[in-house]
Amino acid sequence: MARIGVFVCWCGSNIAATVDVKEVAKEAAKMSGVVLSTDYQYMCSEIGQNLLRNAIKKEKLDRVVVAACSPRMHEVTFRKAAELAGLNPYLVEIANIREHCSWVHKNKDEATEKAIALVRAAVAKVTLNQELIPGEIGIEKRALVIGGGIAGIQTALDIADAGYMVDVIEKTPSIGGKMAQIDKTFPTLDCSACILTPKMVDASMHPNINLHTYSEVEKVSGYVGNFEVTINKKARSVIIEKCSGCGVCIEKCPSRKTKSEFEEGLVNRKAIYTPFPQAVPNVPVIDREACIKFKTGKCGICKKVCTAEAIDFEQEDTKIIQKYGAIVVSTGYDLIDLAKFGEYAYGEDPDVITSLEFERITNAAGPTAGKLLRPSNNEKPEKVVFIQCVGSRDKTCRGKTYCSKICCMYTAKHAMLIKEKYPDIEVHVFYIDVRTPGKNFDEFQRRAVEEYGVNYIKGMVGKVFPDGDKLRVYGVDALSGDTIEIDADLVVLAAATKAKEDAEELGRKLSISTDTNNFFTEAHPKLRPVETHSAGIYLAGACQGPKDIPETVAQASAAASKAIILLSKSKLINNPCVAKVDETICCGCLECTNICPYEAIASTIIEYRDHGKMIKKLVSEVNEALCQGCGGCTVTCRPGAIDLKGFSNKQILAEVDALCF
Amino acid sequence: MKYSYFPGCTLKTKAQELEKYALRSAEVLGFELEEQIEWQCCGAVYPLATDEIATKLSSVRTLASAKENGNKLVTLCSACHHVIKRVNEDMKTDKSTRDKVNNYLNISEDYKGEVEVLHYLEVLRDEIGFDELAKLVKNPLTGRKIGAYYGCLLLRPDKVMGFDDPENPSTIEEFIKALGATPVKYPYRTECCGGYLSLDNKDKAANMASSILLSASKHEANEIVTACPLCKYNLEINELKSKVTVTYFTELLAEALGVK
Repeated sequence: MARIGVFVCWCGSNIAATVDVKEVAKEAAKMSGVVLSTDYQYMCSEIGQNLLRNAIKKEKLDRVVVAACSPRMHEVTFRKAAELAGLNPYLVEIANIREHCSWVHKNKDEATEKAIALVRAAVAKVTLNQELIPGEIGIEKRALVIGGGIAGIQTALDIADAGYMVDVIEKTPSIGGKMAQIDKTFPTLDCSACILTPKMVDASMHPNINLHTYSEVEKVSGYVGNFEVTINKKARSVIIEKCSGCGVCIEKCPSRKTKSEFEEGLVNRKAIYTPFPQAVPNVPVIDREACIKFKTGKCGICKKVCTAEAIDFEQEDTKIIQKYGAIVVSTGYDLIDLAKFGEYAYGEDPDVITSLEFERITNAAGPTAGKLLRPSNNEKPEKVVFIQCVGSRDKTCRGKTYCSKICCMYTAKHAMLIKEKYPDIEVHVFYIDVRTPGKNFDEFQRRAVEEYGVNYIKGMVGKVFPDGDKLRVYGVDALSGDTIEIDADLVVLAAATKAKEDAEELGRKLSISTDTNNFFTEAHPKLRPVETHSAGIYLAGACQGPKDIPETVAQASAAASKAIILLSKSKLINNPCVAKVDETICCGCLECTNICPYEAIASTIIEYRDHGKMIKKLVSEVNEALCQGCGGCTVTCRPGAIDLKGFSNKQILAEVDALCF
Repeated sequence: MKYSYFPGCTLKTKAQELEKYALRSAEVLGFELEEQIEWQCCGAVYPLATDEIATKLSSVRTLASAKENGNKLVTLCSACHHVIKRVNEDMKTDKSTRDKVNNYLNISEDYKGEVEVLHYLEVLRDEIGFDELAKLVKNPLTGRKIGAYYGCLLLRPDKVMGFDDPENPSTIEEFIKALGATPVKYPYRTECCGGYLSLDNKDKAANMASSILLSASKHEANEIVTACPLCKYNLEINELKSKVTVTYFTELLAEALGVK
């Protein structure tokens, strides 16, 4: 007979306010095999865990049920506690009476009844639990960082400094990301390039870092500690090892009709190009869609002028297959498309620009060499209007419901940068709310108003009319109720940030989830902010949600430390809840091999003696290191030969029976 | 193709050209507009009070009659179109209005928003197609610079009206292009004409209408077209000051098709 102990947690008032915990404990005591049933305010606390450990020893418990929060939260905690008391950790079951009960019900009587039923199911299951011994797997001591913006660079540097090899995959021809485009950074107004480019160089020079620019993730397989990633290195058409970065090819290239991505389309670039002069690596790529040689076969000037003989028109995409122990995703963000915001005339009038375009215009390395000039006529504007929350905090299908978080600060920065260079320019900012939480942030925004005289108007802009030479801005001052008309020369739109277009696709490759806005989802919003639900895959930067630079860098170092913790282990404990094939029942149809998403099931031929004859039989075989315990195969198996350890058919049915009691 | 056709009061009085040329053009384009028997006022203004049903009743009668004939319902006047389309949406989605109206009207079969309400421009765009229209043009309006004036009623609320992007529409421009003329996009083409302010605040209405005409003329449009009798009225009062002429889109259509 089993000796089961039941521990009912109050979770402060989280459970106890809706569920009569004393009653649950009382009822549990009557259940078959239960020799001890008690309740405590916080089972996860040290006192609660001691209570559990002492009870196991004193009452000689051989099975434990903890009725508390979701197993996602504290299953590991209670398993560890049981193990310390000498019990196999897989003899512990959790009855989730918080998320599945107290949080979703109001009526105390009914919730108590349900909690008792959930405990009864857990008791029925734990009665059938068996000791499980996890195996061990090795770890590939190498990390992959996907995305080479400031988040990816910081992550790579930290992991590399800890002594592990890191590969960085960057989709564009150079690392640097959005931060490379930015002029100054808030709240200190230090130059973005001055603090970023040294890090870019560090990353490229670090003996432990390998940069794969102009490359993408094609396929990911494997599991924590042993990922196998196929990287597609797009044909650069320039041999990196030979190129000296002299730039003559770029200078001589006659194709000049493509809009520069780095300059936000404000100027054109050549078909052979480096995104910006400080690019790392400082090796150009040929944009084959724009290149005259690739389009017509004629030209090839770049090859003629290249003294290093680095141009290679025949180069093809190459695939690299590499094993990694940990993966960090740091793919960043984009701005939303403003085509749906017809009222602001973006795209209709060249003097209506996005904030990122403004960064390029005000940047000393940008197309105007830092002079504030209107794109339409290259003249200095007299009045500039900033419109915040364009698509942020917008519940319509045009925009995003969330706050983009960075716009209030960068708009204050932009306003100040204008006033600093040109005190005579009038600057107006339309805002819904000014949101500046952060160290020295609010002080920064107040300086824009108090020291620089930027005119902040609480209210939205209804329409921007291109009116001859001017942009007539119609807005409302929500505090006075007055309508406002401003004849502006330049209108800057703080467009909402959004997840990368291909975030969902990358998420599928990595088996990590995205939220309704396509930002990657962290494992726990408070306690596991840089981990994903897939072990060994971590998140850094704005791919997880809108973030400014300080936050991004902090998260990058956090993700790096998580990866380092993983890589520093000699062995990983395997999850023992894996599928098991009963060879005597298996009919060899191998349907399970088709359904398995982890390619963990293969076939083998076994020999056995039947009535004196040796018989050969084809059966399926589970690779326990690859199996993730999803259970897909167990329901696919027609003869019922596969069972999941820890979640056997018997155990599940016992739970169901108990619930239908 | 045969459609039920709801003209509305203005088309029989002040805005006869809007209707006359629409009917003539329809003949050339090969579709029939069957004027509803005993049609009544559309309700004139869509009521914003949520419990108001009295002014929705006549629109529902029109819709129910189109349903009985098994036709789509076509309108010409922007204001009528606006009211009928929104009432139709209420009948489709708002149970309380639907029950009250059906109880009150006591028609043979409950009306539940089944009829598709189309503006004449939508017939041209979605049923005939502007490419097809271009092929039927006899007198292309080559060289004429024409601005589209949308007003508000055709476009908003865009979720219900579903006519075009309310901030940056293009339907009438494409229509003008199909007739061989050059469409002129000017910033004020979706601004308010002044509406009923022309009754009690003439100066304000005149200001609003003037800025539309001025904006069109600044962008070198010589004429502008509209689908709304009230817009046309408000713009016409100010027409003299600006040199830009205002006509109904159907006049333009008839002219291009050679039936004006």
